[in-house]
Amino acid sequence: MPDTLLPRDGLVIVAKRDCPTCTLIEPVMQSLDRAGPLTVLSQDDPTFPSGVRSVHYDDSLEQSFHLKIEAVPTLIRFKAGREVERVVGWERNEWLKIAGDAAKGDGLPAWQPGCGSKSLDPGVQEALIARYGETGLRSRAISVGNWDDPMEACFERGWTDGLPVVPPTDERILRMLAGTERKPDEIVGNIPPNIAPCTVEKVAINAVMAGCKPEYMPVVLGVLEAALDPLFTMHGLLCTTHFSGPLVIINGPIAKSIGMNSGVNALGQGNRANATIGRALQLIVRNVGGGIPGAIDRATLGNPGKYTFCFAEDESDPDWETLAERRGIARGKNAVTLFHGEGVRGFIDQKSRTPEELIRSLAMGLFAVGHPKLVRVGNAVLVLTPEHYKIFKDGGWSRRQIEDALYEALKRPGKDLVFGAQNVAEGVPESMADKVLDKFDPPPEGVLIARAGGPAGLFSAIIAGWPGQRVREECRAVTHEIK
Amino acid sequence: MAYVEKLRDPTAETSPTRRARLAPPPSLEGKTVALMDIGKSRGKEFIDRLEGHFKKAGIATKRYAKPTNTKVAPTAVMQQIAAEAQLAVIALSD
Repeated sequence: MPDTLLPRDGLVIVAKRDCPTCTLIEPVMQSLDRAGPLTVLSQDDPTFPSGVRSVHYDDSLEQSFHLKIEAVPTLIRFKAGREVERVVGWERNEWLKIAGDAAKGDGLPAWQPGCGSKSLDPGVQEALIARYGETGLRSRAISVGNWDDPMEACFERGWTDGLPVVPPTDERILRMLAGTERKPDEIVGNIPPNIAPCTVEKVAINAVMAGCKPEYMPVVLGVLEAALDPLFTMHGLLCTTHFSGPLVIINGPIAKSIGMNSGVNALGQGNRANATIGRALQLIVRNVGGGIPGAIDRATLGNPGKYTFCFAEDESDPDWETLAERRGIARGKNAVTLFHGEGVRGFIDQKSRTPEELIRSLAMGLFAVGHPKLVRVGNAVLVLTPEHYKIFKDGGWSRRQIEDALYEALKRPGKDLVFGAQNVAEGVPESMADKVLDKFDPPPEGVLIARAGGPAGLFSAIIAGWPGQRVREECRAVTHEIK
Repeated sequence: MAYVEKLRDPTAETSPTRRARLAPPPSLEGKTVALMDIGKSRGKEFIDRLEGHFKKAGIATKRYAKPTNTKVAPTAVMQQIAAEAQLAVIALSD
């Protein structure tokens, strides 16, 4: 900050016109100027206050930042080039102590509080730190040419998933870090495939790029920690030739407080939280972990969910045992469930009217997961929409009854599934011909049921799992509490 | 208009910030070399000479030109070169 702006010896007042207390004491500032010397730093109007000889327009708020102004008016006395005392707001006795009789303010009330400094407006402090202060950020700074588009620079450096990212500037990163109390240099974990350590700061950078808001940070951190759970086998999921990618399902009050969608088009586009939280995980795996399609990511086709696949469960019915509750997290706590999900397969049933009918129908749809003649090659998520859920609810069925009934309905005689049966080569070994085979793991792992979707439409969704789940001791969906 | 000057690296920072150039191929056998005339005077003569050298060495070439030396080549020309050749010589004469 230019030293010439501040007096070596004298008074400085920081004020703004858009502050009733500052305008109240305009006569005091004029009186102090006559007694002199007085410097006023005006945050919002170079013509305020009138009748003062030395008014500097602090439109960049650089002076206010360096002086650590929190409220206006602030009166500061300098002596021999250093601040020796200050008072915030209008308080006659304090002003008299610092500035003498010229600060008497005849006719004014004895006391009136000030207003917040512009330098502390939402988001401004981070911008000022980025411009004039010490950010404390440790990630490498990448210079972008003066005339280069930073969005293109991100593409050129391979930082994106094919869609534009938000350029990660210092002020955006600082704002994102304000969304968590965790320290920026805390290591969250090691990201596959390169097992690279990932700090909270790196999470914030990638969350910025994904388009997250700061209030999503606790969820993004929780999602990442769940993905790094060894049981989730993120590395294998990344490398697979299969379609699957991480499917993120959020439970708990945080879903509502950050504006997630569990209703109309819940699995589709349009909701910022849904879109960016899932995307942040993918960008972290790509950028920090080095998991890049065509390199270690060998997916034959992949699926669009590998851009982002994230939604919140509909918890509007207090009678419904949520997915997180079923998996051990008490209702009212925030939780993330990660599943190795393919794309969405629509399930249409507009005729079933009883729970029993719907179970048989759902079983037909679920049996197609992977291949109709394969069993135990991965589990599934069933997204149960309101109109289908109503059939169960009206029949008095609980979640666990649905799960148990599906498990029974998904049994098949081995002889129908062996290699070559029904003239289809795929299937199960001949040795299983005499057995009754389960399509999926037993509850609660086999079919993970989550409620979501709009109020109209007898369509639910089946999201098939990853064949890696067949090694169930080593690979499963995981549910973690979001702290 | 000047944009922002600094971004923070989202990666694990195991690669240098200055990106390495693409390594040249071990040999030109089977490759096509694009010869692009940037439009300066007598450029054609210079590229004719270059083309002669490549031909002597048995290396296939294709000729391209950009409409003016004062601007970057049009996207269509660059896309055509990328589709039809594996290396490029961008040449001028004055």
